[in-house]
Amino acid sequence: MHLGGWLEDRLRWRAADAFLRHKAVPIVRHGYVYYFGGITLFLFVVQVVTGLLLLMYYKPTAEAAHDSIRFITSKVQFGWLVRSVHSWAANLMVFWVFAHMFGAFFVGAYRRPREVTWISGTLLLFITMTFGFTGYLLPWNTLAYFATKVGTEIVGAVPLVGHGLLVLLRGGEDVTEATLNRFFGIHVAILPLLTTMLLGFHLFLVQLHGMSRPESRGPARSVAFVPNFVLREALIWVIGLGVLATLAVLLPWPVGERADPLAPAPAGIRPEWYFVFMFQTLKLIPPHVLGIEGERLGILAFMLAALVLLAVPLLEHDDRKTRARRIALALGIFAVLYMAGMTIVGYLVP
Amino acid sequence: MAKSPRITRRSFADYLLGTGLVALAGTVLYPLARYLIPPKVKEVAAGSVVAAKVGDLQPNSGKVFLFGSKPAILIHTGQGTYKAFTAVCTHLACTVQYRGDIGHIWCACHDGHYDTISGQVLAGPPPRPLAEFGVTVKGNDIVVTRTA
Repeated sequence: MHLGGWLEDRLRWRAADAFLRHKAVPIVRHGYVYYFGGITLFLFVVQVVTGLLLLMYYKPTAEAAHDSIRFITSKVQFGWLVRSVHSWAANLMVFWVFAHMFGAFFVGAYRRPREVTWISGTLLLFITMTFGFTGYLLPWNTLAYFATKVGTEIVGAVPLVGHGLLVLLRGGEDVTEATLNRFFGIHVAILPLLTTMLLGFHLFLVQLHGMSRPESRGPARSVAFVPNFVLREALIWVIGLGVLATLAVLLPWPVGERADPLAPAPAGIRPEWYFVFMFQTLKLIPPHVLGIEGERLGILAFMLAALVLLAVPLLEHDDRKTRARRIALALGIFAVLYMAGMTIVGYLVP
Repeated sequence: MAKSPRITRRSFADYLLGTGLVALAGTVLYPLARYLIPPKVKEVAAGSVVAAKVGDLQPNSGKVFLFGSKPAILIHTGQGTYKAFTAVCTHLACTVQYRGDIGHIWCACHDGHYDTISGQVLAGPPPRPLAEFGVTVKGNDIVVTRTA
């Protein structure tokens, strides 16, 4: 029997083939935002590959973690490259997840019937940030140690469940080897599992609904997904790989000093850049606002912002230029400016 | 007349793209393959090691200790002398033990038996005898040294 026929009987691949041949991507103003998700996906693939490679040599104990990273960067062939690519791709991935989110937001791609796509994407954004937070501790260096102390302390300020969450995250009252073990497990097992499931669902929904075409953005023209869009996306992936390799080689990610739990926190300590806007906000809030602890108020505000972000498609669902749309756009622009501004302030102010 | 093979712009572009992709795949896969080769870790080439203190071992008993990075076995024979061998079975590299009840070295994995005095195979599947180490008593220490 013919191989194509044999496979068709079992896999029904011709349906997928026909589907891909008919799939089209709209040509719209600001159409470049359609590539942001693909860039994020590419960086995720890089993270999976380099992460698996790092697992071959990494040791998740307080005693050995820092030495094992040093071993990777100094003894293992191309270990410095793999490690640097993993760190750089992590940071770029966070950036592009945000870019993808804001891109989808500003073209209104979250509207009916893509509400669930938006919600799954927002959850993936939160997961990505948790990936960053847990991965940051794994080299067990001074900066990461104190960033984790502060970060988990902030979780501890969440009303009612805060202290329980803190103990659950740290594996005890303090940041110790137990914390390192937990973060390692979360980083290499729990989050990859959640991401794979959610990402599969997210991509399935994207295929199910096709790319969104806002009516306000030009006539109904489109470009074939295969081969035109795929080739352009492939070109972007190749360029992305080039940029990633260049950054990783020319600016190797530092390993840092081994964490010493007895040493005082070094001056100028701050979290990873994508948490700086929150960190800076918490620093600026006065200690007491209306009888509530300032820190607690800030955390409540960020939790509220996260909920609003999840609920965007439920709060604003009309493609016409309504008041809700204008408010949503204004809030979106405010969010971008606020995050960028606070991040810059966080780096300028000691 | 046979058609002469012509290089068209299309086929030339295809060739460039193809070789480019192969080169790209090579530059990505080469470091990854090299990364997977474990770097040589300096083996502690111990020439001698203090395996035990005098009095640690009862006569007709044995003790497995680490010699360099591999296990070795020290035996206090029934006659009161000390013997030392590598503890890695020559069959499939299990760690052997001394059995006082049968009076010689035994490997539990596939029932290999070795002589306590010479390390020679008495029974079972091991193909070669166990390599012997030198034993000297210095003061209170029982020192095992590589002989070969």
